[in-house]
Amino acid sequence: MAKVVTVTSGKGGVGKTTATANVAMALAATGEKVVCIDADIGLRNLDVILGLENRIVFDLVDVVEGRCRLKQAMIRDKRLPELYLIPAAQTRDKTAVSPSDMVRLCDELDTECDWVLIDSPAGIERGFRNAVAPANFVIVITNPEVSAVRDADRIIGLIEAEEKGPAHLIINRIKPELVKRGDMLSIEDVLELLAVELLGVVPEDEKVLMGGNRGAPVALEERSLAGQAFRNIARRLKGEEIPYLDLMNSGGFIGRITKLLRPGGR
Amino acid sequence: MGSFFDKILGREKKSANQAKERLKLVLIHDRTDLSPGSLDMMKDELIAVISRYVQIDSSAVTIGIEHNGREQRLVADIPLKPAGRRRRS
Repeated sequence: MAKVVTVTSGKGGVGKTTATANVAMALAATGEKVVCIDADIGLRNLDVILGLENRIVFDLVDVVEGRCRLKQAMIRDKRLPELYLIPAAQTRDKTAVSPSDMVRLCDELDTECDWVLIDSPAGIERGFRNAVAPANFVIVITNPEVSAVRDADRIIGLIEAEEKGPAHLIINRIKPELVKRGDMLSIEDVLELLAVELLGVVPEDEKVLMGGNRGAPVALEERSLAGQAFRNIARRLKGEEIPYLDLMNSGGFIGRITKLLRPGGR
Repeated sequence: MGSFFDKILGREKKSANQAKERLKLVLIHDRTDLSPGSLDMMKDELIAVISRYVQIDSSAVTIGIEHNGREQRLVADIPLKPAGRRRRS
């Protein structure tokens, strides 16, 4: 019943945790029951981004090693009662959990919720395989930069090899003014290079940083453009057809995107 | 490749175009695990093998990787020389 969505990227620092937190919040705000799992054992951060760091008692490794029941490790968000977090252990490493542990855990969550959102660690090793093993939908997040796009391409290949494809792409932190100036890869450029389906585009927005500072993701902020982008992504995940934000303020933009989304590109 | 030259001639200074062209090449090799060096070696061996059966214009042979979406294929263009009077099998 639950849809298991893994957010991954290959490269670190492109916005996996931020995207996971925001999409989870946006989904939960529409009444869906969402459980987030931080799979970044040893370098957990989903707890601070969600503002739940002070409420951790048990974590993912405690569940896997049988020190607590699954429900005891699920921290319930006070703003959105349909949102839960299973935090990562901070003093262990990726080998504390196996891909089959993750599959078993998600099987147990299957009847508990509508969505399981897994925040993958950076890299292509054990942590990535743990995060992807239970997924039935994989989101790859990238920035319009050479290193992030290259790593995204690599991770997309690995997702296909694990038979978890096709991957769905979020382009994060795009700066429309730089794109217009010709100094940043455009959405069209990135889609042409990676040849995957676009799930959403999130503009650079300082409110994202401020949200992180406060432990209050922007997805709930009506006036934030990035927040709007994350809300749109959540609705697309639910199967709604939502047009992409017109970041370039030019009429032909959405048309060009739709054209690129068709198989075969242009 | 036509657009490649357009971009070189037209908007060569824009860093985004440079990023795109560089990434195109990097991704081809990342995806196939085939280095430009081994591609050249393969080309020489192919020329040697094919020349045993048919006369080809070895200087005009091109071999490269083309892609359609995420699918990649090796494409070789091997011009044949016009058949001479003598023909042996």
